[in-house]
Amino acid sequence: MNYIPNTDSDRAAMLAAIGASSVADLFHDVPAEHRFPILTLPPALSEMEVIEELNALANENDDLHHLACFLGAGAYRHFVPSIVDFIVQRSEFFTAYTPYQPEISQGTLQAHYEYQSMICALTGMEASNVSHYDGATAVAEAVIMALQIGRGKRNKVILSPTLHPQYRAVVHTYTQGMSLQIVGEDLMPDVLAGLRVQPASDAGGLLDALAGLLDKDTACLIVQNPDFLGRLYTPAEMQALADRVHAAGAQFVVSVDPISLGLFTPPGRYGADIVTGEGQPMGSPLSLGGPYLGFFAMKAADVRRSAGRIVGQTVDLDGKRGFVLTLSTREQHIRREKASSNICSNQALNALAAAVYMAAMGKHGLRAVAALSYHKAHYAADLIGKIPGYRVVSRWPFFKEFIVHCPQPISVINEVLLDRHGMVGGYDLGADYPGLANHMLLCVTEMNSRMQIELLAEALQEMTAMNPDRYEEAGR
Amino acid sequence: MSYKYDSQARYARSHEWARLEGNVAVIGVSDYAQHLLSDVVYVDLPEPGDMLKQGESLGTVESVKAAEDAYSPLSGEVIEVNAALEDHPEWINEDPYGKAWLVKIRPTDLSELDNLMDAAAYEAFVIEEEEKGGH
Amino acid sequence: MGEPLIYEICRAGRCAVSLPECDVPETPLPEGCVREDLPLPEVAEVDLVRHYIRLSQMNYAIDTGFYPLGSCTMKYNPKVNEVAARIPGFATLHPLQPEASIQGAMGLMLELQEMLAEIGGFAGVTLQPAAGAHGELTGVLMMRKCLHDRGECERNVILVPDSAHGTNPATTSMSGLKVVEVPSDRRGNVDMAVLRSLIAQHGSRLVGLMLTNPNTLGLFDENVVEIIQLVHEAGGLVYGDGANFNAILGIVRPGDLGFDVMHYNLHKTFSTPHGGGGPGAGAVGVSATLVDYLPGPIVQRGEADGLLHWYMPPKSIGRVKAFYGNFSVLVRAYTYIRMHGAEGLRQVSENAVLNANYLQARLRGVYPIPHGDRTCMHEFVAQGILRDAPGIRTMDIAKRLMDYGFHPPTVYFPLIVPEALMIEPTETESKETLDAFADALIHIAEEARTDPDLLRSAPHHAPVKRLDEVKAAKDLILCYAPGCE
Repeated sequence: MNYIPNTDSDRAAMLAAIGASSVADLFHDVPAEHRFPILTLPPALSEMEVIEELNALANENDDLHHLACFLGAGAYRHFVPSIVDFIVQRSEFFTAYTPYQPEISQGTLQAHYEYQSMICALTGMEASNVSHYDGATAVAEAVIMALQIGRGKRNKVILSPTLHPQYRAVVHTYTQGMSLQIVGEDLMPDVLAGLRVQPASDAGGLLDALAGLLDKDTACLIVQNPDFLGRLYTPAEMQALADRVHAAGAQFVVSVDPISLGLFTPPGRYGADIVTGEGQPMGSPLSLGGPYLGFFAMKAADVRRSAGRIVGQTVDLDGKRGFVLTLSTREQHIRREKASSNICSNQALNALAAAVYMAAMGKHGLRAVAALSYHKAHYAADLIGKIPGYRVVSRWPFFKEFIVHCPQPISVINEVLLDRHGMVGGYDLGADYPGLANHMLLCVTEMNSRMQIELLAEALQEMTAMNPDRYEEAGR
Repeated sequence: MSYKYDSQARYARSHEWARLEGNVAVIGVSDYAQHLLSDVVYVDLPEPGDMLKQGESLGTVESVKAAEDAYSPLSGEVIEVNAALEDHPEWINEDPYGKAWLVKIRPTDLSELDNLMDAAAYEAFVIEEEEKGGH
Repeated sequence: MGEPLIYEICRAGRCAVSLPECDVPETPLPEGCVREDLPLPEVAEVDLVRHYIRLSQMNYAIDTGFYPLGSCTMKYNPKVNEVAARIPGFATLHPLQPEASIQGAMGLMLELQEMLAEIGGFAGVTLQPAAGAHGELTGVLMMRKCLHDRGECERNVILVPDSAHGTNPATTSMSGLKVVEVPSDRRGNVDMAVLRSLIAQHGSRLVGLMLTNPNTLGLFDENVVEIIQLVHEAGGLVYGDGANFNAILGIVRPGDLGFDVMHYNLHKTFSTPHGGGGPGAGAVGVSATLVDYLPGPIVQRGEADGLLHWYMPPKSIGRVKAFYGNFSVLVRAYTYIRMHGAEGLRQVSENAVLNANYLQARLRGVYPIPHGDRTCMHEFVAQGILRDAPGIRTMDIAKRLMDYGFHPPTVYFPLIVPEALMIEPTETESKETLDAFADALIHIAEEARTDPDLLRSAPHHAPVKRLDEVKAAKDLILCYAPGCE
């Protein structure tokens, strides 16, 4: 099976027009000794066979259609209204190229302009691009933009240790050729101390400690809110940090969960200069980690220092409103080695999904999703906190993720939850923060019913009754 | 095609001009340069206090389809930038030798002027460039 | 009046979703944290659907017509790919689930890694990069780290031909390296004399060369083996830009030619949809020299337990994104390769190249084709220069093509060809479509002589007339100031 419409007689007519004797002749520029290799690939399948094979592979997975999920840590299971995939599957959107010819791409361009507008509304910022690859690369691009705003004179970057560990890793990867000084990640001992003393209002000293690293060489300071450990910093705490960042002449970058913004004050209201985040919770399936989208919002004055495609409003020859890709001179296809980034393809279709999601949810729906997640997460924390042997560490304000100190290794608990209870348990924080062994980051959204939450609590309780040796057995 | 030239200015091969006014050098891009760029939509300039070297980029001038570096025709310290261009980039197209000056610098080496062309020599250079079909 | 903005069809109190009641006791919200305003739209579901369907009708797409964008490989996107990507056993997997619960998905990834390695002739593959440019960054960072690990830290120069995509020089700068441009010669190949002298000049500071082959003129470089040899002799590595891989599936393996690293554009060559600009997927293949530097995690089969595990190569440059790659795009590419097999893939490239040469033959003599004397590969570059219509430019021809129902080719690229029209038909177009397109271009050349204003004011039958891009860039309006009634 292939998707080639031409027949042998078409090919013969075309070869005659070209003046070639065979198709193989067209490849005479390819070195003969390497021409036409024998590829060892599995044999071609029909559509029916390939679907059978894919179904068989899919059946080897335990998917979330069949499991309750309490795992978040950067990828979230939120409800996706039917309309989202319905629109995304419109051929006119998903089989279109980048809208470089605006007259016949107004659908994509207007949808993306609306995406930008809704991202601005959500984050409280003035401008947005049409997405980066994901929440991690959006942070890395924020670093590069901050360096540009600093005109190359500032080369220090402060990363909060509670910024997603994978996002921090990507910042290191992206900037390895730039001779930067990246600091802040080793402030973790302070955070651990904070966990133990459980401060009520102060940020465990973390924000203060981060601010203490600011100096005239600092290009930017990056925090996540709610942070990777689930903590929600108040607008007052964040504004105080923003003021100190600005006093040092640096950029304040905040990575944020978009669903949390249905309920809580957006970073644009507490002094953020750049707001990034993982847009997956807004209409993209979990899909083992991608494709997602990194949203990226900023102040209007800084737009020319940013990377990625941006749609602007204009008029046509008749004065009718229309939309085009604008500020293209920042981009690689014009600026080449002087471009602000090498990014070309973005996550346009995911941005469309996010736009449809935001429009469908609207101000009432998104607030309701956020509130449901908040209340259910707190209900879960209440229940689990009452189980002997478990301790809810998050005494701070949190949104939908909280930390539980467990009596057993998290991997063991998760194995039991999966095999015996059909549940995907929380994230093992010990993997990224050695001081947090046996600490599990649980996530609860509107997708978790009260019954699921209660079953989780029962399952955890059941495990305390088991003698530790039997965990191993139960896990197998 | 004929272009305007300022007889008081001296010109670099990269199409910038410099004009001495007292002990200050005013710098801009030529009429030919603005014509090559077409409608200018944005100008990115240095900050006062920045030190420029002859032949080094002092900023960029952008149209919709191109972003060209402007190279400083002289070395010196930037003492003023034309902030009005931020709101009126089209001045570069309208009045490249007048209100669309880019920066004023305090030149550090006036002998560098010898590396620049006078208006007549620059005009001849532009005609040569055009004939090359350089665009 | 065109389609109103989503904010312009809002009415307070409307909502397009229904959500369940809260079934747990409520917890007070934290003080001082709650936002008062949330200026998102308020729209009913029916209005929302009509809005987006009307917008979709203002788009040109592969499923509505021929899309001959050079270097973009706008081939037909098989619908089975969409079914595959949406199988719940793939679409509803959390990336951080235990390995044991996603063995099927990891198995698909392992097999795709292996198939891509085989097709490209490489020792190892990472699926993590999200796009072609992302793959370039991955590749160049690996080259840099590999050489620096050998103690050759003074190496900081990458040679890039003047015909290259803008992503090549941009990637080089982003990696902290310097770009040195190499000109093309009169046959459209890399200029060997200049290449030799540049290598001599930068020798010990050379990281390597980034080469697109076939290049953006649609030509297979006749000296490719020698070029790679020269760079290797100077201690450098050679990056292959896989944007044009659709020309050489089963024809030649870049790894066999000596390329050290190459990205695959799965959204071009392997038929996954472009989605209006993304998501793509930019898997990267490497020779044995670089396998230890691949970003991870990648999938590996455990020798002891036979199970699949996430694996971080020992000298990895690190992660280039969160998680493992654009998985659902990978599922589509996997499906495409499995449906083709080795013979099917070779037919893809044979027909892509045949189609391009046929179009080139049909347009020869009508539009200048600077390298029209050579056999092209999957694409060729013509010029929108008509002797009898000197006032007409490529952009006018491009816009007029829209009136004939075609998407224009890539215009004004590569930069080394003035008034470039870069045409890539792909293998999924029939002879009739190619003939109709050629006829349209021939007819437009005639119109350019008889009625040039018809071209200059084109398009006439698109949803909007020509748009004012200068105004857009000068009077920036990037965001609708929200405020529902």
